[in-house]
Amino acid sequence: MSYLLKRIVFYVFTAWAAITINFFIPRAIPGDPVQALITRSRGQMTTEAVQSLYVLFGLDKDASLAEQYFSYLGQLLRGDLGLSFTYFPSPVSQVLGDGLPWTLGLVGITTVLGFLIGTALGTGIGWRRGSWADALIPVTTFVSSIPYFWLGLIAIALLTGPDSFFPASGAYDNGLVPNPDLEFIGSVVQHGILPAFTILVSSMAGWILSMRNMMVTVASEDYVTVAHAKGLSDRRVMVGYAARNALLPNVSGFALSLGFIVGGTLLVEIVFSYPGLGLQLFQAVGAKDYPLMQGIFLIITLSVLLANFLADVAYLALDPRTRREG
Amino acid sequence: MTVVPTTGTATPVAAPVKRRRLRFVANPKATTGLVILGFFALVAIIGPWIAPYDPSGRSNDLLQGPSAAHWFGTTHLGQDIFSQVVVGTRSVIVVGFIAGIVATILSVLVGVTSGYLGGAGSELLSALSNVFLVLPALPLMIIITSTLPETSTLTIALVIGLTSWAWGARVLRAQTLSLRGRDYVEAARATGEKTWRIILFEILPNLTAVIASGFVGTVIFAVTLEITLAFIGIGAGGDWNWGTVLYWAQSQQALAQGAWWWFVPAGLAIALLGTALSLVNFGIDEFVSPRLRGGGKTNVKTADGHTVRMRVGFTPVLATKAGPEGRETP
Amino acid sequence: MTDAVLEIRGLNVDYGLGEDAVHAIRDVDLTLHRGEVLGLAGESGSGKSTLAYGLTRLLPPPGVITGGEVLYHPDGGDPVDVLRMDHAALRRFRWAETAIVFQGAMNSLNPVHRISTQLTDVIKAHDPRGTSAARLARARELLHLVGISADRLESYPHQLSGGMRQRVMIGMALALEPKVVIMDEPTTALDVVVQRQILRQLVELRERLGFSVVFITHDLSLLVEFSDRIAIMYGGRIVEEAASADLYRDPLHPYSHGLLNSFPALRGPKRELTGIPGSPPDLRGMPSGCAFHPRCPHAMERCGVEVPVLGVPPDKSTTAHVAVDQRSPADRTVACWLHPVHDDGF
Ligand SMILES: Nc1ncnc2c1ncn2[C@@H]1O[C@H](COP(=O)(O)OP(=O)(O)O)[C@@H](O)[C@H]1O
Ligand SMILES: [Mg+2]
Repeated sequence: MSYLLKRIVFYVFTAWAAITINFFIPRAIPGDPVQALITRSRGQMTTEAVQSLYVLFGLDKDASLAEQYFSYLGQLLRGDLGLSFTYFPSPVSQVLGDGLPWTLGLVGITTVLGFLIGTALGTGIGWRRGSWADALIPVTTFVSSIPYFWLGLIAIALLTGPDSFFPASGAYDNGLVPNPDLEFIGSVVQHGILPAFTILVSSMAGWILSMRNMMVTVASEDYVTVAHAKGLSDRRVMVGYAARNALLPNVSGFALSLGFIVGGTLLVEIVFSYPGLGLQLFQAVGAKDYPLMQGIFLIITLSVLLANFLADVAYLALDPRTRREG
Repeated sequence: MTVVPTTGTATPVAAPVKRRRLRFVANPKATTGLVILGFFALVAIIGPWIAPYDPSGRSNDLLQGPSAAHWFGTTHLGQDIFSQVVVGTRSVIVVGFIAGIVATILSVLVGVTSGYLGGAGSELLSALSNVFLVLPALPLMIIITSTLPETSTLTIALVIGLTSWAWGARVLRAQTLSLRGRDYVEAARATGEKTWRIILFEILPNLTAVIASGFVGTVIFAVTLEITLAFIGIGAGGDWNWGTVLYWAQSQQALAQGAWWWFVPAGLAIALLGTALSLVNFGIDEFVSPRLRGGGKTNVKTADGHTVRMRVGFTPVLATKAGPEGRETP
Repeated sequence: MTDAVLEIRGLNVDYGLGEDAVHAIRDVDLTLHRGEVLGLAGESGSGKSTLAYGLTRLLPPPGVITGGEVLYHPDGGDPVDVLRMDHAALRRFRWAETAIVFQGAMNSLNPVHRISTQLTDVIKAHDPRGTSAARLARARELLHLVGISADRLESYPHQLSGGMRQRVMIGMALALEPKVVIMDEPTTALDVVVQRQILRQLVELRERLGFSVVFITHDLSLLVEFSDRIAIMYGGRIVEEAASADLYRDPLHPYSHGLLNSFPALRGPKRELTGIPGSPPDLRGMPSGCAFHPRCPHAMERCGVEVPVLGVPPDKSTTAHVAVDQRSPADRTVACWLHPVHDDGF
């Protein structure tokens, strides 16, 4: 089986696992899951909300667990994720549709950018090991230990204010109507800079450290010594020989830690009241909006799987050993 | 979490174990990390006794900046933030370590079993860890904890532990696979040694560093996750932790009111604890993979007083005349 | 054949600095003549690789060169000291004048680049004006030279067998027609048949292209077969140097004697294999006097006190009073109190 096909099978399997987890977690609680959720919400639920939960869990009809499971799968295939309480009576899928583009734009771009910039900086620091650049490592370690959302809080405290260029919340000026004109786009960029900067700084730090370590490890590989012995330029040895190989474990590390990074970046949305999935998740937690939480878990999982797949494709392009050739 | 790939193969050195152990403690990064960690552990133990106030107790000093009476200031209810941070340390440390221990045990079980036994079962375990690895941790934790009837510090620690073993299992599986092919393991197998004895006495001792580094990594992960959950309001009942402090700061608009003291101390405490744990892990990495070691001096003085940097590819030349014992060139 | 192309004088190499330093190479003098194959032998750990990397300044940290000269004699030019070159000069010098085939040739190729890229980038680095078509043609020619078909150009290293990778490295070493090729155990990881095949090919190429070779191995019988002269290393020093036939027939140093008896010779009279008792010295605690004396069957009192000087043994040479750098390849030197050298030798 070719490498990509294997990966695709794995992702389909994981997606199925996520869906199944979604199905079983509320049922793992002894008794009626809806009753349990009602208890937890301390009576904040409307009767419609309760009813929609019964529908979501397939408990409205008298059905066996297997029947419930398959009807759940069927609902998912139709894109039916139930009704959100917070945005009642909007369907969850519609709520997600509103939030997803903002999250993809903010989190997607900054995560990738953070990886690229961090890797580039780590390459330089690892190559100039023993020079002044090493002094950056303790700082980087400290920054990488700061939770994303706290850095966001600090950024807001320091950089926003009544007469600051940076707005403290939202994705665009409230007075504007979303349409693709220059004013709106300008406002989106203006609102995006600070959250993006927060995510960039926090996510970069980890990549700097791991790329630096990989560079140090790779620098003593035989083929790097050969490259020096060949009299190649310093740049060529650093980029074409050392970094090119050090990049490989970093790319697979990127794929594997996406699931974690995304969690951290979603919180930045909360701090900046950025109208993406993270903020919705926060609201769902506050309102005990279980269908919305489930929907967000699913959509984030699927996005992470897709991103993982793209990282796999990148890895495939970067490492000839995974390619099957004659 | 910093994802620093563990590159070293655990080198089986039998004799100088003592010296190696000493070298780990002598590693300045590990030592610094351990000292900070010890400080936090101490606060976790004695925190409730040394806290000057009841962390939930209200007073009339509403939203005051740091002062002699309230080192970290007060909240909108007049609660002492210093006491909240000090008392909250225990929950953070407890969750970190319980989750770390649970996840480490699971990762050793899954990783070593699937690495050593091979076959279809091994592939299945490996696929299982990969699934847990790519599932986004935070949303998963949220839907799990939202359905739990009760969330205490302990349940949070257990849930984190039960869901975060995959990274360690993956690394351990790879290491076990490579150890399995070593001569002494093959030899033990050939002589009919029992499987559990081989795993216990031949494999596990060589995985110590990897297991330790996985443990520390999970503690970092668990602490961050607990604080994050608390920050979005999935807290552990009435227990204080640094995340709860930040949750109240955020929900009471501390920022808008300029109450920086409300969220700065807890955040710095998180960063400091995270840094300490990372330093311990760097120490372990350098211990396992000597290439990463600083190796003391990297700058060398030449005979004519220049300073050159030691680097791969351009060996420094300290003196160009013949060495001290050498003959003069004719 | 008598003029030198590479002269090493008083070379000293340490690993580490100050107190912790181990002296891996001590006062090594060695001359490589034009067109010859100089063999360098010794047990593993005797410093052969350190010498090879030291003279090209490719030692990994914490290696430092603490003294000496490495003089390279270009065709009809003044000698230059490799150890005094700045980085730019060193880059120009490398591969164009001296190329190396490394000990770990299995890992010498960059796994992510095609063979063609790795053959052409070195040509481009030293001659940026050439066209890429010309470089590719040269790469094809190089593969042909080492007996690999040109359609392997587009392969990645992992698609080649160990022997093929080694040949590619040899071909790469010849890319810029260097005057000196240093080979550090180039065939140790290969099986015996492939090993000899590659070496035979190398000797043939040397005759055709006229470069000099420093050939490093711990297998003395290979050297006897393939090299003109042999230098024996022990504990970071050269202990004997002689024409290979002389060394084979009549090793003067007890260590050379022991080494010869550790390997079965392919040709010539059969010897009884005895090996050398004991183990190579620990560089951190070198024995006093001659480093070999604790293992030496002929050790005398003097051996434990004074370090023997490398010189021309009086009883073996007809040209004992000729200065060192003018000696003919037939001359030999040894560092052993069994053969004390003339004091007026230098
Ligand atoms: N990186 C290093 N650091 C410290 N000592 C080293 C290093 N590399 C080699 N040595 C020491 O230098 C001596 C010579 O090694 P080497 O040149 O590799 O020997 P050979 O090639 O003859 O087997 C050995 O005793 C070895 O222990
Ligand atoms: Mg060697």
